[in-house]
Amino acid sequence: MSAYRLDAGGLVNRANPLTFTFDGKSYTGFDGDTLASALIANDQMLMGRSFKYHRPRGPVTSGSAEPNALMTIGSGARSEPNVRATVAELYNGLTAVSQNRWPSLAFDLGAVNGLLSPFLGAGFYYKTFMWPAMLWEKLYEPLIRRAAGLGKLTMEADPDRYEKAWAHCDLLVVGSGPAGLMAALSAARAGARVLIADESARFGGSLLSENVVIGGQAASDYAAGLVEELASFPNVTMMPRTTVFGWYDDMVFGAVERVQKHVETPSPDLPVECVWRIVAKRAILASGAEERPLVFGGNDRPGVMTANAARTYLNRYGVAAGSKVAVFTNGGSGYRTAGDLSARGVEVTAIIDARATSTDPAPYGVRVIHGGAVVATRGRNRIDALVAERAGFEEEIACDALAMAGGWSPIVHLMCQRGAKPVWSDAAQAFLAPDVGSGFVAAGSAGCADSIAACLRDGASKAAAFSTELGFAAYAANIPEVEGEYDPDFAPLWYVPGAKDKAFVDFQNDVHVSDLGLAQREGFRHIEHTKRYTTSGMATDQGKLGNVATIGIVAAMRGVSPAEIGTTTFRPFYTPVSMGALAGTSRAEHAAPVRTSPLYGWAKKNGATFVESGLWYRSSWFARDGEKTWRDSVDREVRNVRENAGLCDVSTLGKIEIFGTGAAEFLNRVYSNAFLKLPVGKARYGLMLREDGMVFDDGTTSRLSENHYVMTTTTTYATEVMAHLEFASQTFWPHLDVRFVSSSDQWAQMSLAGPKARIILARIVEDDISDAAMPFLGAKVVTLKGGLKARLFRISFSGELAYELAVPAGYGEAVADAIMQAGREDGICAYGVEALNVLRIEKGFVTHAELEGRTTPDDLGYGKMMAMTKPDFIGKRLSTRFGLTAADRLQLVGLKPVETDKEFMAGAHLLKDGAAATLAGDQGFVSSACYSPTLGHTIGLGLLKSGRERIGEKITVWDGLRGTEVAAEVCLPVFVDPQNTKQHL
Amino acid sequence: MASLITCPHCGTRPKEEFSVRGAVIARPSASEKDEAWHRYVYVRDNPKGRYQEYWHHAAGCRRWLVVNRDNLTHEVFGVTDAQASREGSR
Amino acid sequence: MRYSALSIIKQALSGNRRWTPAWREPEPKPHYDVIIVGGGGHGLATAYYLAKEFGITNVAVIEKGYIGSGNVGRNTTIIRSNYLLEGNNPFYEMSLKLWEGLERDFNYNAMVSQRGVLNLFHSDGQRDEYARRGNAMRLHGVDADLLDREQVRRLAPYLNFDHGRFPVMGGLLQKRGGTVRHDAVAWGYARGADARGVDIIQHCEVTGIRRGPGGEVEGVETTKGFIGCNRLALAAAGNTTTVGRMADLALPIETHVLQAFVSEGLKPVIDNVITYGAGHFYISQSDKGGLVFGANIDYYSSYAQRGNLATVEETMQEGVSLIPGLSRAKALRAWGGVMDMSMDGSPIIDRTPIDNLYLNAGWCYGGFKATPASGFCFAHLIAKNETHHVSRFMRLDRFERGYVLDEGGKGPQPNMH
Repeated sequence: MSAYRLDAGGLVNRANPLTFTFDGKSYTGFDGDTLASALIANDQMLMGRSFKYHRPRGPVTSGSAEPNALMTIGSGARSEPNVRATVAELYNGLTAVSQNRWPSLAFDLGAVNGLLSPFLGAGFYYKTFMWPAMLWEKLYEPLIRRAAGLGKLTMEADPDRYEKAWAHCDLLVVGSGPAGLMAALSAARAGARVLIADESARFGGSLLSENVVIGGQAASDYAAGLVEELASFPNVTMMPRTTVFGWYDDMVFGAVERVQKHVETPSPDLPVECVWRIVAKRAILASGAEERPLVFGGNDRPGVMTANAARTYLNRYGVAAGSKVAVFTNGGSGYRTAGDLSARGVEVTAIIDARATSTDPAPYGVRVIHGGAVVATRGRNRIDALVAERAGFEEEIACDALAMAGGWSPIVHLMCQRGAKPVWSDAAQAFLAPDVGSGFVAAGSAGCADSIAACLRDGASKAAAFSTELGFAAYAANIPEVEGEYDPDFAPLWYVPGAKDKAFVDFQNDVHVSDLGLAQREGFRHIEHTKRYTTSGMATDQGKLGNVATIGIVAAMRGVSPAEIGTTTFRPFYTPVSMGALAGTSRAEHAAPVRTSPLYGWAKKNGATFVESGLWYRSSWFARDGEKTWRDSVDREVRNVRENAGLCDVSTLGKIEIFGTGAAEFLNRVYSNAFLKLPVGKARYGLMLREDGMVFDDGTTSRLSENHYVMTTTTTYATEVMAHLEFASQTFWPHLDVRFVSSSDQWAQMSLAGPKARIILARIVEDDISDAAMPFLGAKVVTLKGGLKARLFRISFSGELAYELAVPAGYGEAVADAIMQAGREDGICAYGVEALNVLRIEKGFVTHAELEGRTTPDDLGYGKMMAMTKPDFIGKRLSTRFGLTAADRLQLVGLKPVETDKEFMAGAHLLKDGAAATLAGDQGFVSSACYSPTLGHTIGLGLLKSGRERIGEKITVWDGLRGTEVAAEVCLPVFVDPQNTKQHL
Repeated sequence: MASLITCPHCGTRPKEEFSVRGAVIARPSASEKDEAWHRYVYVRDNPKGRYQEYWHHAAGCRRWLVVNRDNLTHEVFGVTDAQASREGSR
Repeated sequence: MRYSALSIIKQALSGNRRWTPAWREPEPKPHYDVIIVGGGGHGLATAYYLAKEFGITNVAVIEKGYIGSGNVGRNTTIIRSNYLLEGNNPFYEMSLKLWEGLERDFNYNAMVSQRGVLNLFHSDGQRDEYARRGNAMRLHGVDADLLDREQVRRLAPYLNFDHGRFPVMGGLLQKRGGTVRHDAVAWGYARGADARGVDIIQHCEVTGIRRGPGGEVEGVETTKGFIGCNRLALAAAGNTTTVGRMADLALPIETHVLQAFVSEGLKPVIDNVITYGAGHFYISQSDKGGLVFGANIDYYSSYAQRGNLATVEETMQEGVSLIPGLSRAKALRAWGGVMDMSMDGSPIIDRTPIDNLYLNAGWCYGGFKATPASGFCFAHLIAKNETHHVSRFMRLDRFERGYVLDEGGKGPQPNMH
């Protein structure tokens, strides 16, 4: 199919060709290809543009550390930016588009930045664009932002599903190369529950890329045998396409499984990705090692890639990186690549070995330039030649690919995410995994094992040790002989001096050696400063490829060991994880649970409009025919409650059953007012404070029997109050005999309010509810007609004659229907929380609009509810501090407009009449405001400095935000029935 | 810690089931001086290292727990029921 | 060396070889007029303003790591002055004004970008709260606009208007709010302070505070030996308690970890800073293209600069719920900063009961935006031994006196702020 796809070999399925497009052009690859391997096979080495200089780039790796070959895959709402072509599995119908280029990938005008590069060195933007000031936001920044980013997010809603799950195991093995497979197998044979995860679709890791013979089998066949055996164990969970991205406390690992990222149209029955939280007793990091690129002039030209990548494309995918491949190496890896290529008939033009001598075998007929270096490369969108230098002489060598081998870095990322730093080894010339305690170790090349045989042994022995620790019989693994390994040793070569073109350390961010030098000269010498100043290591690969080189180069420039320079901080995520996967199912309508009241159905059939209130949906108003706005409905509901009666769903209030011989004493300590002597059959309004003396919540508590109370809380604070009571009981006063049960969801509770409430209620209640039998603040269990037991409270949040009736939740709707039926002749209506709010403002009752966390009881006019003679109650002790008792505190007042056709809104501030509008002159604010249908004008509650002394004062209600200023009169915070005659009817 | 907490009543459970209140400090008795109350409500020892913290198994047994932990390494040394721990210390 | 387009051109033409260090690496002198403990944003800003505004240049900033290694280098870069309380608003507005002139002031481009901060509200009650706050801002001459749903839609059409669990009803917009390139703030202040003679001493850890016969502070013991001073100023957020304990300070602070996140680089899609009122999520997009976002603290006390997965997931849930289009964006990196959570959510800039010892602490997770004003006011306090009027509410004894600055009304529980 092309010059670069070999006729045979590799692990791709040539019987299953796949069609895909890149930048609109159609190509064919095979099942088993990655997008990158298929593109290379099709002579499309140019796959991306770098961030800053827009240089043409091809893949430099064959794996997840890829910084260059980033593309947008998919279309419409399924399009996904910044996908690494080197790990994206090819599928039929895949569409890929290149990024960060205009007008085209092959011809990108942004490349002009490269010409300006002397002016665009590290941190240049910190030194300019400052004059004139306005131009930064008008000109410079928009220009910079236009250049920002790589791929484009469509911002369309995601059509796919994501899930989350937990997994538990004795041993987690991260990576399925020789060490990982052998570790998993050893532990599995020992009987441990094993979970093995690999980011690739196919298990085998480097066994799929390396041309060695293990126990007489090709490495990939040997791997397949191990995988088959693993799959036969019921105690083994195999998770391909799963990246372990994070290591968290308590041996919890985060992993993402790409369930359906390799199909054109995902099945709706499966998530596309699943985030796993894996709880492991032990873990083995078998993530392998990353081959380092060499840092030389022009090391970024498409066609330049690591030797390991070239080998992987060849052996795993049956693709030659080029037709004339040169090798630049400082160790055995380059020779192995040359050998493999040559054996498959690919021309190797030269091996440039940075070492003066070596014993590594070069393929027959391939020229080796010892003591040489590549100092430049040529070619526009693909390398066509390199310039090699030896002993001062330069030579141009033609090639269409260059494999570079700069040594190995163990991939220790996960083990360093919880604070431990990797440790420099002079012997290995690498940063090695730190000791993080006994539960988690690196094995194989992640643990610096230097051959496949060593990896197999290491994996087996570390798994055996863990198996024994966990009480399983250790299984002695049979490690076969490995033939044909190469010597992975290498000599350190951090960078090739004398580069004529830029020598890159961070490919994507275009950080090159001179940037690192500049950072040192300018004092950004700490490696974190170097990183942050140059952006080296801050690209989408997070320095997987370049960080060690950066450290090595800085060390060399400074003449110290890399150990002295140290590493930057490793943090999750090992590779980028989609926000969708991490969000899982909790999104959009399902972002939070929905709570509906037992009376939801009743409200709905009565025409309620619902409003979100925390997790609840509450009935807000009940529109009737002919009502044009919500206000029409609310006004009618309010009037009707004041004139006849209304029924409101108050089931969302928190309800807590309190039992025990210590309950009275307990309540007396958690409320600021006295509760010891509350008689059975009575309700009492209570104020609960925080320990700092501020009001925490309010509500009524009723004594149903000697040792049984029921407390109501506000809807908002139901959860917090319950936790508060439990805390006080369990930690302050454990000796008090008191128990709590939240019964908020067990009861449907409705408020029947209005002058006709009693008449209506009497029609459905068996008991005598006359004022004598059921006086104001009465609370008792009654029997409804038909026999249902219910709780009846004579409490009022409207100032009207009112009852709250609580029935078991399942009966709620039937009872509400019955009340509506019983009240029809008396003009009952359903009313919602909007009318409830108007009714309570008219009466001056407070809610959390007033109890806003900074108000004391005295601020609200409830100073008498501070029973200071009680020896102790929560909030007592700090309530007497100077600042809480100062005369100029904000106090609750009523507000009414001087001209009654004027309106004001909550959130407006209060100013002295005629005073300038300044924060220093701020006198308070409007906490609640509404149109009062009873009075026919706007009314409000406010918190005003020294408010109680200022009744009658004319004041300005200032709402600059909404452009109004209204003269108002400060009045008592009660607008209707100040003598409380109506609620006592 | 912080990924999993071993509740003495419910066993090892994910962190999301718990809510954290803060430092374990004994509430002063009513007779103690203002200074003691100020310290109780507002001052925190806040050591780097071992710390005792109140956690509530809000989505579990509803018990308040004392989590004895290291706030630098996030290691947990033990979790006890707050009431039991208080009674035990008397 | 003064930075300018011209300096860049001149240097480029000579191969960029002649750039000089942005700051010196001096050995500590035996004695300074002022020692500032903590080379983060606040400490460096304090040194800068001490030198520039108050003429005190015999100053050392002592940093145990590298400068900017604390929260100034690990935050979500947001600046704003949309505060409610009289004790806060004028202070943060002063800070915003300083941000507006900062770059020309210290000759360093910190990329102050006034992209607008939009706080979304999702209920009538929240609208009322935001209106109250917006009006407080207006009263102090701070820009604030209350947007309705359609105005929000025009500004941020990508928000979840149609399928959200909580409706987007509107927002409070502060157009002058925005973002700043965080590291550059530390570097700009450091360079400016250094140029005025301040010694910035990195990799020098304070191990003790030496007190004189009267209990007054005489200097600090460090890993580089004893260094004397007339005045000692603590600006060691996250480690305030640790340093304060060396002088037996009892502090209303608990240390917590806050995580933050950045996505892969993406073409610009989010112009403003957006905050989610139905949860606690905030997001902006950097000039480099990364989406920078965060949510709540992890809630447990922590000195570890890392958090846990549950908080990560909650953050993403809120983000994707608010902005469905983020689902296919990939989170690149998560990090954690440790912060002084104070008992009322507000900071402390004050003298201490100990002579010669000054305290700047308790910034919770709002310290970054405060950096200029914090440095200015702290410098004012140290130089004149007198509180700057905009920070006069940020006293250490306010808890005992009952004058807490509880912007959120959450009470004395540090992880609630």
